[in-house]
This record gives sequence, structure tokens and C-alpha cells, in this order.
Amino acid sequence: MLHRFAKFLVACTVLLILAGSLVTSHDAGLSVPDWPTSYGWNMFTFPPSMWVANILYEHGHRLIASGVGFLTIIMTVWLWMAEPRRWLRWFGVATLGSVVAQGLLGGLTVLFFLPAAISTAHAGLAEIFFCMTVAIAIFTSPGWIAGYHDASEDIGPPLRRLATFATLLIYTQILVGATMRHTGAGLAIPDFPLMFGHVIPDHWSQAIAIHFTHRVGALLVTLTILTLFAHVWSRYRHRPELTRPAAFIVALVAVQVTLGALTVLSKRDPLINSVHVVCGAMVLTTSLVLTLRAWRGSIADRGLRNADSHDGVQSAIPIYNPIRNPQSTIRNEGARA
Amino acid sequence: MRLRNTWVGLLGIALVGTLACGGGSSETKPAASAATTAAAGGGSKVDAATAGDVKGMAVIDGAAPTNTAIKMNADPVCMKANGTPQSQETYMVAADGKGLGNVFVYVKDGLDKFTFDTPTESAKIDQKDCRYHPHVFGMRVGQPLEILNSDPTLHNIHALPKDNAEFNNGQPIQGMKMSHTFDKPEVMVPFKCDVHGWMNAYVAVLNHPYFMVTDKDGKFDLPNLPPGTYTLEAWHEKLGTQVATVTIGAKESKDVTFTFKPVATATN
Repeated sequence: MLHRFAKFLVACTVLLILAGSLVTSHDAGLSVPDWPTSYGWNMFTFPPSMWVANILYEHGHRLIASGVGFLTIIMTVWLWMAEPRRWLRWFGVATLGSVVAQGLLGGLTVLFFLPAAISTAHAGLAEIFFCMTVAIAIFTSPGWIAGYHDASEDIGPPLRRLATFATLLIYTQILVGATMRHTGAGLAIPDFPLMFGHVIPDHWSQAIAIHFTHRVGALLVTLTILTLFAHVWSRYRHRPELTRPAAFIVALVAVQVTLGALTVLSKRDPLINSVHVVCGAMVLTTSLVLTLRAWRGSIADRGLRNADSHDGVQSAIPIYNPIRNPQSTIRNEGARA
Repeated sequence: MRLRNTWVGLLGIALVGTLACGGGSSETKPAASAATTAAAGGGSKVDAATAGDVKGMAVIDGAAPTNTAIKMNADPVCMKANGTPQSQETYMVAADGKGLGNVFVYVKDGLDKFTFDTPTESAKIDQKDCRYHPHVFGMRVGQPLEILNSDPTLHNIHALPKDNAEFNNGQPIQGMKMSHTFDKPEVMVPFKCDVHGWMNAYVAVLNHPYFMVTDKDGKFDLPNLPPGTYTLEAWHEKLGTQVATVTIGAKESKDVTFTFKPVATATN
């Protein structure tokens, strides 16, 4: 049940990221000039008849964010009450802290007229929060708890390193994209796939450099993901918990590159631009899923030690260490995330 | 008795001076008419008896780009207020195809030895029918700016100056007013409504009264300008600026034409 709730929170967070990207894409970030009030009203009593034009995006973003915050509180309390793994309980608290900080950053960027630094930090923390919700969904999944089907087979360091590198690279790429977005550099290079008619821009400015970095980053991410996919497919084809996200992320990257190109060619059509942001977040979290599953053995062992040494929940042992206890009910059921 | 008459006389002069200074040039009346009485601080006083006049036109040399169409369907109030298809106000071209309106013409340099009283009457900008009225205007440093929302819908007025302080205020109720004062001269301060993305306006903040926005025929007039050599600048929101140097003698009138060329990449 907790896992389902965590997945629901993930879905709501996707919606929240879409709402946030629509705000930026429509240049609606300051359409509600005050915070935490909305035109002087309490946010929750602001009359719907006044949600006109760009206010709809900004106020909608605030309401959805409040809803996600509320759901995060519920999940944190739920984890604290029901989760035997101490580290996961504190991870829930950290997730709540991140969403609170995210709300404050959102308010500050409005009050300070959208400075690029705060807005970019707001975008960057949004991705971290999204990753944390996905991680909780993974950590609470039956598949993770059961150690997946062939957990007895060690996953080699190359996959762990490659997946970790991919996730960090994608996050860096998202930060560059957010910087580009919040410094107005989205159309600094107006053509695609060439740049001012050349393979390399023939003139430079700060905006062009940021935009160019994002394109180079896209190329690096694509190559890294293809390498990751090839590695998983060649070594772990029988491990669906790895092949599924590996295949999915290749498809996502293909869509993402297409959306990026269309964003430029459409001169930043708000909807295309917003879906590009959401797809980027999904690329990141899919890579995170693959990374976590690659590291599963190490993390689960650490969780077991924590459960042993701090929680005193003996019942957790057969559940969280199915490798050592093949009679685990969950594993026998073949459950997976 | 003589002393009292003197005071009454001075008061009368001050009153006439204040009225002559007037408000900002949100109307088409040239603000420069206020100059003759304005003198304060250590600067010289403009002598109306010797003041001259600079008038002229802003023209566009070529076909102006088409103004971008506006979709107001995101707000029913705006839709209702504007039944016909709407477009941006970027290029206001006269019937002859040459005269260019909404060009801000002002004395950029040459008035250093003069100082001028600050008008107490407010300049005004109104948010009406989901547009700013006026679209381009000038006002003075220290002069109050009255910002009015005449629409039965929400607006936020967001000023994006570089030298003055940025502000962003909401006006959710029809009839709401607020006042703002700019502390430093700045040409131009863009205004935008973040609710209705098509709404934009530009205000120039100056420390003298010699400025005017060209009318629908592209004409301007800067009267009561003291003899001297001046740098005039004409500013257009998309076509940039044009500069002219003019020297006028006592009671002399000069004509100046600012010619803007439409750039190939100009968009709204």
C-alpha cells in the first residue's frame, strides 16, 4: 500500500513538473506577483473566476505544489510509522525537507523577480525531489525488497559505475538546460541541427555558449545511454529489472532529442517546450531506477545492517535479505517493481 | 501692504509655473511647454523670451513589418472588450506610409546647465481593454506615476528598469490605483503585464521636460527650448534609436527628421 502511495506521489510530481514548466514556457512566473498569497487572497481561497490567462499556470502550479507537499507529508509520516528501515524513514524526512525548500525557493524567485540563480536552483531541486520520490517508490517496491529474481548474481562494478555516471551526467545536462531556460538562451542558437549554418557556431556570446553546452550535453547523454543500453543488453539480458529501464530510457532519449529540436524549430512553442522538460525529468529518473537497481545489493545490505543494529525489527530480516533467506515469501511470489 | 503684494505676486508666479509644468507627457501635448518656468537649484532659468523650437517628424524608410496578431482568448474580459482581431502596437504608421507614431523624441544632451522643478501632478498609465494607455510616454524623475486598472479583470504591472528599482504589483480589482516614483533618469523602462503577455508599454524617465511621443502622423514638437546646441534622440521599441544634433538660436525654429529603416529581422 505504501508503495502504491509512493507511485501516486511520483505521478503527482510529474504533473507538478509539467505545471512548473508550463509556467516558465508561458513566461507566467510573475503573473501572480505576491507570495504566499495570491493577489492578496489566501492561496486556497483565491476565486477560480480570477484564474485567467497566465494566472492559471502560476496559480495552478502553486496549488499542485501544495498538494504534492501535502502528499509528501503523508508519505513521510507513513514511512516513519510503518517502515522498519531506519535509513528509509530518514530518507522520507529528507524528501519532505526538499519539498519544503522547493516551495520556499519558488516563493523567493517570485519575490525577487525570477533571478536566474534562484529559478535555476528551483528547477534543479525539483529534479532532486522527483528523484527522491522515485527512489522511495523503488525502495518500497516488492521487487526491490525481494532482491529481484536473480539477485544472487552480482552486478559488476562497470554497470554500477556506468549507470551512476549516466544519472549524474543527465542531472548536469538538466541543470544546463534550466540555466538556458532561465537566462533566456533557449533560442540563442536559432537553427537545428546546424548552428548558425555551421557545425560549430561562428560567433559567441554567453547565451550561445550556454545553448551550445546544452546541445553538446545532449550528444554526450545520448552516447552514454546507448552505451549503457548496450552494456545491459549484452550482460544482463535475462534481468528484466535492468533491461526494461535500459530500453525505456533509449526510447525516452530519442523522444527527448526530438522534442529539443522541435523546441528550437517551433521557436519555443510552450507545450513542446514544457513536455521537453518533463521528458528530461523522466530520462533522469529512469536512469536513476537503473542505477538503484544496479546498486541494489549494496544498498539493501546497508539497510539490513541498519535494521539489525538500530531498529530491532527481527521480522525485517527474512524480508529484506531474501538472498540469505531463500524462503522469503515475497521472493517466492516473484514480485517485482 | 507693499510686502504683501510682493508675496501675492510671487505666489501667483509660482502657481502659474506649477500649472505650466503640468504632469507627464502621457497626453500628446508636448511636455516641453513646461520648461519656461522651470528653474531650481543651481541651474540657470530658461528665458522664455529667447526660447526657440524644434519640431519635426519620425519616418520609416520602407514598408513597416506587420504587427503581430494578438490572441486574447485566454481572458474572456479581454475578448469581450476587443471584438475585432487585435494586433500589437509596435508599428504605428501614418496613412502616407511614412510617418511613424509612438516614437519617443527627447533632448539627450545639452541641458546640463539648466535645472527644472519636479511636477507634482501625476503622470498616468491606464490598463484599459487589456492594453496600456499610453503605449509610450515620458515622465520626470521624482514625479508620481498613477497606475490605474480600468478593466474588470486582473492585471499586474511589472516594471523592468535597469537603473531604477524593479517592481511588480497586482491590481485585481477594477478601479484600483497605485502610485510609483522613479528616482533616476532612464530611457526606457519597459512595463509588462505577466497575466496578459501581449500587454507592454514603455516609459522614459527624464530630469527635464523636453520630450514628446510622436503622434499618429509621426510629428513631434519641442517648444520653449533655450538657445543652444542639443543632441536629440528618437527611440522606437523595435527600430532602435536615431540621433540628431541641432543648434538653435534665440527665437529660432528648426526642423528635424528622424528616419528609421525597417530591419530584415524585425519582429514583434
